[in-house]
Amino acid sequence: MPRKRRPKLAVWKFASCDGCQLSLLDCEDELLRLAGHVEIAYFPEASRAIVRGPYDLSLVEGSITTPHDAERIHQVRRASRFLVTIGACATAGGIQALRNFKDVREFISIVYATPVYIETLSKSTPIAEHVFVDFELRGCPINKYQLLDVISAFLHGRKPNTPPHSVCMECKRRGVVCVMVAHGTPCLGPVTHAGCGAICPTYHRGCYGCFGPKETPNTNSLSAWWSHLGVKEQDLVRAFRGFNAYAEPFRKESEAHE
Amino acid sequence: MTQNKTIKVDSLARVEGEGGIYIKLKGAEVVDVKLKIFEPPRFFEAFLRGRSFAEAPDITARICGICPVAYQMSAVHAIEDAFGVTVDGPIRALRRLIYCGEWIESHALHVYLLHAPDFLGYEDAIRMAQDHPDIVQRGLQLKKVGNEIVSLLGGREVHPINVRVGGFYRVPTKRELSPLMERLHWAREAALETVRWAATLPFPEFERDYEFVALRHPVEYPFNEGRLVSNKGLDIAVREYDDHFVEEHVPYSNALHSTIKNRGAYFVGPLARYNLNFDRLSPLVQEVAREVGCEPPCTNPFKSIIVRSLEILYACDEALRLIAEYEIPDKPAAEIQPRAATGYGCTEAPRGILYHRYRLDDDGTILDAKIVPPTSQNQKMIESDLWHLLPSLLDAPQDQLLWRCEQAIRNYDPCISCATHVIKLRFERE
Repeated sequence: MPRKRRPKLAVWKFASCDGCQLSLLDCEDELLRLAGHVEIAYFPEASRAIVRGPYDLSLVEGSITTPHDAERIHQVRRASRFLVTIGACATAGGIQALRNFKDVREFISIVYATPVYIETLSKSTPIAEHVFVDFELRGCPINKYQLLDVISAFLHGRKPNTPPHSVCMECKRRGVVCVMVAHGTPCLGPVTHAGCGAICPTYHRGCYGCFGPKETPNTNSLSAWWSHLGVKEQDLVRAFRGFNAYAEPFRKESEAHE
Repeated sequence: MTQNKTIKVDSLARVEGEGGIYIKLKGAEVVDVKLKIFEPPRFFEAFLRGRSFAEAPDITARICGICPVAYQMSAVHAIEDAFGVTVDGPIRALRRLIYCGEWIESHALHVYLLHAPDFLGYEDAIRMAQDHPDIVQRGLQLKKVGNEIVSLLGGREVHPINVRVGGFYRVPTKRELSPLMERLHWAREAALETVRWAATLPFPEFERDYEFVALRHPVEYPFNEGRLVSNKGLDIAVREYDDHFVEEHVPYSNALHSTIKNRGAYFVGPLARYNLNFDRLSPLVQEVAREVGCEPPCTNPFKSIIVRSLEILYACDEALRLIAEYEIPDKPAAEIQPRAATGYGCTEAPRGILYHRYRLDDDGTILDAKIVPPTSQNQKMIESDLWHLLPSLLDAPQDQLLWRCEQAIRNYDPCISCATHVIKLRFERE
C-alpha cells in the first residue's frame, strides 16, 4: 500500500572495509524494490545526492578510531530515529581492534613513514560504546538477508528475527557433519553467533568466529576441547583474537591464554 | 581582475571509502589539486605481525569488502612463493574462476551503479533506473552472476571463506559447477550488450601519454601470474617490485602515494591491463573491441567504462572455458611446509595490481608484511588528471566543473578503503 511519505534511510561509514554496506547493493533482486519503499536519503557509496535529515533509520558501518569520528557519531545519533549498527566493526570494533591489545604508536610507525600526520585513537571501539544503539546486526560481513529483515522490521515496528544461538544449530539444521567431532578440526561454532548459515563447516573447515560471541557462550569449555585436540595456547589467543577480538567474551578468553 | 577560488568536495560519493578533493585556482590558473583520503587508518601491516601464514588470506580480505578475492589471491601467491610451492592444474583453474567472478561483480557494480550515472546525468543508479529500468536491471543481474561464482567457490560473496594457502578447503564437483554455465551464457550476452551500450556514452576529449603498468603472462590475460611490465620499458619479476616502486607519505592523505623510481606517477587497472595485454584476450573480445572502435592504444581514461565492460565479457568467456575444462582434483590443496623466507605476490585486482610481500618465520609466523593496493598506486595519476582536465572546465558553472572532476576520479574506480589502509572535493579560487 503506498504511504504518504517514504521513510528515509541513511547509511553511514566509520572505520571499515565497506563490505557490510556493499551487502545492500548485493541485494540485486531486491534493491530497486527496496528503493520504492524507502527513500535512500544518504548513502555516499551509491549516490552523490544528499537528502537532509532527520532519518527514520540509520545503518552504521565501522568502528570509532579517530577523535573526529568520536564526534561525528553523536551527530549521526541526533539525526536518526532508529540507529542500527551493521557488522563486526560497528558491533565489536572489528579486526582493527587488535590495536587495543598493543601500543598503537608502534602500529603507526610500522605502516607510515611520517607518523605525525596520522590522527588516531589508541583503541578501536564499537558504536554502542559511544551512543545508544537500537539494534546490532552481527557478522563479518553481515548476512544480506538478515539486513533486509532488519530494515523491514524497523519500518514495520517489529523485532528483527536474528536468532542469537550458536553456529552449531545452523550446522545441525543444514545436516552438516560436525567437523570437530568427526574430523578433529578445531571449530569456534559452539560459541559463535549464528547468521552465516554455517558456511565454514559446510566447506570442511572450522568456524573462525565472524559473527562474534553467541548469547551466553562457554568459551572456557571450548578452549579445553581445543587443547585436547592439540591446539597450543598461543593459537587459542589468535583464534579468539579475530574480527570480534574486542567483544567481551572473546577478549576475556584470549587474555586467559596469554 | 584576477579571481581566486577554492573548490572543495568534502565527501566524494560513489567510491568505496572516504575521501575528498581540494582544488585551488588563481584566475585561470590551477594552483593546487589534492586528492585527500581521510578514511581512518586500520594498520593491517602492523597487526599481521605475529599471525600465522594460514590466517593471511582471511585477515587481508577484510581490507576491502569489494575485492576480497584479490587480497586472498595476492596473499596466497606471496606465501606460496616463500614456501616454494607451485599450484597447478584444476586448483589453479579454480583460482582463475573465482577471480573471474570478482571481476564481473566488481566491474558491473562500477560500470552500472557507480560510473554510468555520471555519463547520463543522474545522481545515482536508483534515479537512473526510473528512466532506464532495463539497463540498471541488466547491470544488477550481471553483478549477481559474478557474485554467484564467488559464492559457489568461496562460500559467500563478501569475504569468502574457502580460499587457503595451497588451494581451497573444499573443491566443487563438476556437477556443482554446471548450473553456472547457463547463467554465464546469459551473462556473456548481457556483457556484449554492455560493451555496445557503453561505447555510445558521451566521452569528453581527453587523452594523455600515460605509463601503464600491469602483469603480463606468456599466454593468458593476467589474473594471478606474470611479469610486471609497462609501455615505457618496465619489465621485471614481481619480486623486484620494491627495487622499482616507492611509496611516500604525504601530510594530507591517510593513503601512501606510489611512484616508479625516477619517473613518477603511473596508471594501473583495466585500461593498463587492456593496453598491455590486448593480444591475450579471447577472439570474441578482440572482435567486439574492434566493432565498437575501442582498440588499443586507448588513452582516454573516461573510456575505461568501455574497457571494464570488455573485461566483463572476457571474464564470462574465460569462466565458461574454465568450467568446461574442469576436472575435480585429487586433493583440494597442495601440501604446505612452512620455512623461513620472504615471499612476493602480485595479482590483478579489478582496480589494478595488488602487491603483497611477507617475511615468514620457519614455523610460518608472519614477521612483517607489505601491502600496496591499486588505489595507492593510482592516486598520483588521479591528481595529475585533474591538473590536466581543469583548464578546459574553468568557464563551466561550478556544479558542472565539480561533477566532471568527480567523474574523472571515478574513471579509476578508486577504492579508498583499500588505499588507507575517498572522496571529498574542496575547491578554492583566491
